[in-house]
Amino acid sequence: MLEVRELKKEFQPLSGKPVVAIGSVSFRVEAGQFVSIVGPSGCGKSSLLLCIAGLSRPTSGQVLLHERPVTGPPEGLILLFQEYNKSLMPWRSVLKNVCFGLENRPGMSRDHVEAEARRYVELVGLRGFESHHPWELSGGMQQRVAIARALVRHPEVLLMDEPFGSLDALTRIELEDTLLRLWESLRATILFVTHDIEEAVYLSDRVYVLSRRPSRVIEEIDVKLERPRNQLSTREDPRFIQARHHVFELISREMAKE
Amino acid sequence: MKHWSGFGVLLGIAVAWEIAGRFGFIHKLFFPPATKILTSFVTMVVSGEVLRHVGVSMWRAGLGYVLAAVIAIALGILMGYWRAAYESFEIVVELLRAVPPPAIIPVAIVFLGIGDQMKIFIILFSCAFPILVNTIDGVRGVDPVLIRTAQTFGLGQARLIWRVVIPAASPFIMTGLRIALAIALILVVISEMVGATSGIGYFILDAQRSFRIPQMYAGMLVLALLGYALNRGFLLADSWLMGWHRGAMERQR
Amino acid sequence: MRLPWKGLLVLGGCLVLWEILARQSGALAAYFPPASRVAATLIDIVKSGDLPPHIAASLRRFAEGYAIAAVLAVSVGLALGLWRGFYHLVEPLVELLRPMPSPATIPIAILFLGIGDEMKIAVTVYAGFWPILLNTIDGVRAIDPVLMNTAATFRLGPWQRFWKIVLPAASPQIVTGLRVSLAIALILVVTSEMVVSNDGLGFYILDRQRSFQISEMYAAIVALAMIGYALNRVFLAVDDWAMAWHKGLTRKEER
Repeated sequence: MLEVRELKKEFQPLSGKPVVAIGSVSFRVEAGQFVSIVGPSGCGKSSLLLCIAGLSRPTSGQVLLHERPVTGPPEGLILLFQEYNKSLMPWRSVLKNVCFGLENRPGMSRDHVEAEARRYVELVGLRGFESHHPWELSGGMQQRVAIARALVRHPEVLLMDEPFGSLDALTRIELEDTLLRLWESLRATILFVTHDIEEAVYLSDRVYVLSRRPSRVIEEIDVKLERPRNQLSTREDPRFIQARHHVFELISREMAKE
Repeated sequence: MKHWSGFGVLLGIAVAWEIAGRFGFIHKLFFPPATKILTSFVTMVVSGEVLRHVGVSMWRAGLGYVLAAVIAIALGILMGYWRAAYESFEIVVELLRAVPPPAIIPVAIVFLGIGDQMKIFIILFSCAFPILVNTIDGVRGVDPVLIRTAQTFGLGQARLIWRVVIPAASPFIMTGLRIALAIALILVVISEMVGATSGIGYFILDAQRSFRIPQMYAGMLVLALLGYALNRGFLLADSWLMGWHRGAMERQR
Repeated sequence: MRLPWKGLLVLGGCLVLWEILARQSGALAAYFPPASRVAATLIDIVKSGDLPPHIAASLRRFAEGYAIAAVLAVSVGLALGLWRGFYHLVEPLVELLRPMPSPATIPIAILFLGIGDEMKIAVTVYAGFWPILLNTIDGVRAIDPVLMNTAATFRLGPWQRFWKIVLPAASPQIVTGLRVSLAIALILVVTSEMVVSNDGLGFYILDRQRSFQISEMYAAIVALAMIGYALNRVFLAVDDWAMAWHKGLTRKEER
C-alpha cells in the first residue's frame, strides 16, 4: 500500500556542492505490516520519513500511497517525532492534546471527540492524567500522549521517527510492548525508524537496512517470529539472535567503510 | 508580602521626608513635608479633579495600546511566518523603530493637531514596535517539529496559525505587550507634557509651572500607583493565561 | 553578504509613494514636503552648521546619562541580586518607583536642577537606570547553582567568584537591560529637550515645527532616526563581539 520508488534527496548547503543525503531508496510496505528501517547514523532516515510524510520534497523519485503519489501531507498518514517535548503542545492538557488529533475532522461533535480522546488516553495507560499538562509528565508518559494523539485519528499508516530514542531502557521496553499491543488491536501499518537493531528486530515483520550516505537499501530481512512477542522468550529465540547478528554485521560493515 | 523590613524602610523614608520638609532642610518651597503631599493627594482624589485627568490619560493610552496590539500582532505573525514578508518589511521597520517616539510628536501635531488623535497616534506608534519585534521572534522561534506535527495531522494554513503558531508564540507576544504597557504610560505622559490641556502628564507639569508643588508630588504619586496597578493587573492576566508556559519552563531547568 | 533587495525595493517604494503623495497633496503641501526636499534640506542644514551643534548637545547628554545609569544600575543590581536581605529592604521602594513613567520626573528635576544639562542628564540617568537594574538582578539570580557549587569546590574566594562566575554568567541579562535602556535614554534626552531647552535635537525639532519650517523639522527627525539606528548597530556589534560565547551556546541548545 505504501511504496517508495527510487527516492533521492539532496541538500544545498550555504556554500559548496549539494550533499546527497539519500542516494536511491526503494521499498514497499504492505497493509497491516510493522516495518522498521535501521541504518548507521547520518544515513538520512529522518529526511526519508519527512519525504514520505509529504513534509519535504524528494529531489527525484516518488512516494506512492495506494498507488497515488504523495505531494503534501496525505490523509490517513501521521508522522510521530522523537522529540515528544517539542511535538506536544505545552499549553494544552493531556486530554486536549489527544483531542487535537481529531479536531479538524469534519462532522465530529465536540463530545464525540472528547470521548474518543478519553478512550485513547486510557488505551495508552494514562488514565487519571487527563488534566495534567505534558510538562508535568515523564518522558515516557509524554511519548504515550503523542502515540495516543496519533492513534485516535485511526491512521492507516503511522510513521515513527526514533520515537523511543531518548527514553531510558526500562521505559523503552514498556513502550515497545504498549505499541505492539495497540498495533495488533488496531491493525495499522507502521513504518518505524530506529538506530537500535534489537528494537527493530523485536518489533518488526520486516527490517530494511540502509547504507551510509548516499543511502540505499542494502538488504531486506523478513523476521519470522511468532506474535505476540515477549521481551524474554522472543529475545532468547535463536532466530531472533540470528537476525540480530546478521543486521549488526551489515551495519558494522557499513560503518567501517570510508 | 512576607518581608516587612522593606516597608519599614519605606516608612523610614517617609518620616525622614516629613522631617526634612517641615524644617526646610532641603528647600522650603520645593520639598514639602510628606503629610502635605498626602493631604493634597486625598483632596485631589476626593474632589475628583485628578480622577478626571487620569481618566483622560487612560483613555488615550488604552486606545493607542489596543490599536497597536492588534496591528503589531497581525503584522508580526505575517512577518514571522512568511520569509518573503520579513525580507520585504524588515528594513522599513528597522528604520522606523530607530526614531525615538517623542520626535514624532511634532509631525503628529502638524497632521492631527494637539487633540486626542495626536496622542493616540503617538502611543500607537511607540507601542507597536516592541510588540511587533517580539511577535516576529516568537513566531520564528516556534519549533519546526511542532509545525510539522500539525501538518501531518492535516491542518490547513489558517488553523495552523490559529491553533499552533499563535499559542506557541504567545509567551513572546506577552513579553512585547508588557514592554509596550510601560512605553504607553511613558508616551502618554510625554505627549501630554508637550501639548495638552488635560491628562495626568499635563497636570504634573502644570502644577510645577504654577508652583503648586504638593500637587505636583501628589500627581506623581498618582502616576506611580497607576503604573503599579496596571503592572499588577497585567501580571495577573499573564499568570492566568501563561500558567502553562511558566510550568513548562520550570520543568526544563 | 547578500543584498536584501526585497527590503530595499519596499523601502524605495515607500519613498516614491511619499514623493508622489506629497507632490499631489495640494492644501497639505506646507505640512508634507516631498522626500527629495527633506533630503536636500538635511544636507543643507548639516553643511551650513545649523544642525551639528544640536546633534552634539544631544549626544553628549545621552552619553553622560547612559554611562552613569549603566555603572550605577549594574553595581546596585549586582548587590541586590547577591544579597537577598538587601533586596528585601528596598523591594517595596523599587516596586513603587519602577512602574512610574520616567518623564514624570522631569518637573521635579526642573525644580531642583534648573533647566540646564544637569536636569536632562538626571532624568536620562533615572530612566535608563531601571531596565538595567531589573535585568541585572534577574541575571544574578538565574545563575545556575551548579556553577556556584563548582566554584566552591575549586575553592574560589568571594572576589574571584564575583569576577570569574557572577559577572560573566549574569552578563547576557545585563546586556539585555543595557539594550532596553539605550532606547529609553534616547527618548528621555529628546523629551527633556522638548519640554525645556534651547539646544539639542528635541528642541530643534519642536522649534522648527512651531516656526513652520516643516522641511527642517522632517530633516532633523530623519537625522535623529539615523542616530538611533547607528547607536543600535554599534551596540549590537559590541554585543556580538563580547557575547559570542552566549550566542554559540543558545544556538546549540536550539538544535
